[in-house]
Amino acid sequence: MTVPTTNPRRDEQAPGAAARAGRPPRVRSPLASLGLHAGLLFGTLCALLPPLWLLVTSFKPKSQSWSMALVKDFTLANYAHVLGGTRFLTWFGNSLTVVLGTTVVGVFIAATTGYALSRFRFPGMRPLVWVLLLTQMFPMAVLIVPLYTTMANLGLLNQPLGLIITYLTIAVPFCAWMLKGFFDTIPVDIDESGRVDGLNPFGTFWRLVLPLARPGIAVTAFYSFVTAWAEVAYATAFMTGEDNLTLAGGLQTFVNRYDTDWGAMTAAAVIIAVPAGLVFGFAQKHLVAGLTAGATKS
Amino acid sequence: MRRLAARCAPHWYAWAMVAPVVLVIALIIGYPLGRGIFLSLTDADEANVERTIGVNHIPATYRFTGLENYTRILSDGVFWDRLGWTVVWTVGCVGLTFVLGLTLANMLNRTVRGRTFYRVAMIVPWGIPAFVSVFAFRMLYNERNGLLNKVLEGGGIDGVPWLGDPFWAKIAVIVVNVWLGVPFMIVAMLGALQSVPAQLHEAAQLDGAGPWQRFTHITLPGIRPVATTVVLLSTIWTFNMFPVIFLLTRGGPEDSTEILVTYAYRLSFLNSPRDFAASAAWGVLILVLLAGFTVVYRRALRRQGEVW
Repeated sequence: MTVPTTNPRRDEQAPGAAARAGRPPRVRSPLASLGLHAGLLFGTLCALLPPLWLLVTSFKPKSQSWSMALVKDFTLANYAHVLGGTRFLTWFGNSLTVVLGTTVVGVFIAATTGYALSRFRFPGMRPLVWVLLLTQMFPMAVLIVPLYTTMANLGLLNQPLGLIITYLTIAVPFCAWMLKGFFDTIPVDIDESGRVDGLNPFGTFWRLVLPLARPGIAVTAFYSFVTAWAEVAYATAFMTGEDNLTLAGGLQTFVNRYDTDWGAMTAAAVIIAVPAGLVFGFAQKHLVAGLTAGATKS
Repeated sequence: MRRLAARCAPHWYAWAMVAPVVLVIALIIGYPLGRGIFLSLTDADEANVERTIGVNHIPATYRFTGLENYTRILSDGVFWDRLGWTVVWTVGCVGLTFVLGLTLANMLNRTVRGRTFYRVAMIVPWGIPAFVSVFAFRMLYNERNGLLNKVLEGGGIDGVPWLGDPFWAKIAVIVVNVWLGVPFMIVAMLGALQSVPAQLHEAAQLDGAGPWQRFTHITLPGIRPVATTVVLLSTIWTFNMFPVIFLLTRGGPEDSTEILVTYAYRLSFLNSPRDFAASAAWGVLILVLLAGFTVVYRRALRRQGEVW
C-alpha cells in the first residue's frame, strides 16, 4: 500500500544512498522499510503469541491461570502434577509406540515402491501412481467406520497395533509419493554403473541408491512422525479408557465440560510440543522441496 | 506360457518392489473402502453389527437397503446446510491462507535485516502439533477470562463470545485454521519466488514496469506451477480438516461450525445410537465431492495450457 506514495522519494534518495554505502542497488525509502518491518513484526507476533502464552501460563500457579500478568510467581507445580499426578507418561509412551511403529514400517515399505516408480516403466505403473495420489484425498470419514468395525472384530481396539495399522493408511501412500520425488533427484548414472558392476536391481537399490537417499528417507520419516504424533480423529475414536489414550486423547481429558485444569493442560501441551518442534526443526527445510517435487514431476 | 514369462521377466523386479505397498493399499485401504461403500448401502448401526459381548458372539443382522441412505441424506436440509458451510470454510481458509502466505513470503524474499529471525518465527506454528495449538486458542478465546477479550475490554470494547455465538464461532475456527496453514504457504511460496529468475525483474524494471506490473506479469506466472499444486493440496486438507473444529467448538454452537467430516464422525462416534450406515454414506459423498473437484480443477488447468 505504501509503495506508490514513497516512490518519488526513493528516486531522490537512491543514487546517493547506493553510492554512499555500496549497498545492493535496490534501496528502500525509510518509510517503505518501516512498513516492511511493521508487517513482518506483526506476522511474527501473531505466529508466536498463542504458543508463547501457552508457555507462560504453564509456569503460573493453577489459581492464576487467567492472570494477564507475565509470570509473577514462577512455579513448576503444573509440570510436577502432570508428570506425577496424571497418566501423562502412559499416554506419552502409547503415542511413542504408535508413532515409531508407523514411521518405521511405513518408510520401510514405501522405500522400494518409491524407487520402482522413479526408475522403472512397467505395466500397472500409471494406475498405481494415481491410486497413491487419490488416497491422499481420502477423508478419514470414509475409512473410519469400516476400520473401526474391522478392528473391533479383530480385537485390536485399544491396542497400539490397531492404531499403527490405521496410520499406515495415511503414511504409506504419502511416504511412497515423497520418496519417489527424492529418488528422482538421484542421477540414473549411478544405477547404471551399479548394473555394469554386476549388481541386480535390488542390489543397486540397497547398496547404491538407498545410502544416497538418506536425507530423503530422514525427511519422510520425520513427516510421518509429525503426522502421526498430531493425529486426532482415529486416536480419539479407537483408543478409549484412561490407560489406552494417546496424547491427543489425553490432552482432551484436562479440559472437558466437567473439569478444566488449564494449568495441567498447558504444561502437558508444552511437553508434547517440544519433541515435535525439535523433529520438525530438523526436517522443515526439506519438507516442501519434497512435497512439491513429488507433486510437479508426475 | 514361456512367451508370457519372457514378456513379464523385465518387469519382475519392479513388481516385486511395489508389491508391499500394493498389498498394504489393497488390504487396509481398498478393503475398508469397499466395506464402507457396502455399509453405506445398508442400515447398519450400533445395535445390529457383528460384535462380541463377553463370550457371546452376536452375528450381524443389518439389511441391505440399496440407495435409501443416500436419498435420505440428499433430500434432507442438514446435508446441504453443512455442505454450504464447508464450502465457505474451505474457500475462506484457503483464500486467506494463500493471500497472507504470498504477502509474507514476498516480504521475506527481500533483503531485510533480521530475515532469518522472521522466517523461523513465522514457521513456528507449523512445528507444533495442531491439537496443541487449538487448545492454546481455546484459552485465548475464553469468553470471560481469555486474553483476547481482556485486551478488547481494556480498549473499551465489549468482549466477544468467540465460541458461544454461531457467527463468531465461524470466524474463530477460520482464524485458527489460517494460523495453522500460513507457515506452510510461506515456505512453499518462498521456494517458488526464489525460483523466479532475478534477471526478469531487472529487465522489466529497465523497461519501466512498476512494482505492481512486475508482480502480476512476472512473479505470478513464475510461481503458478507451485501455487496450483499447493492450492489443490490445501483445499483437500482444509475440506477434511477434523481437529480444528472438533477440538475448538465440537461443531457447536448448535451445529453451526460442523463441516461434513466432523458431522460424519459425530454420526458414528458421538451420537447414540451410533449410525454406521449413514456415517459411511456421508463419507462416500465427501469422497465423491473431492474427487469431482480434483478432476474439474485439473481439467481447468489443462485448458489453460498447464503441463501438470
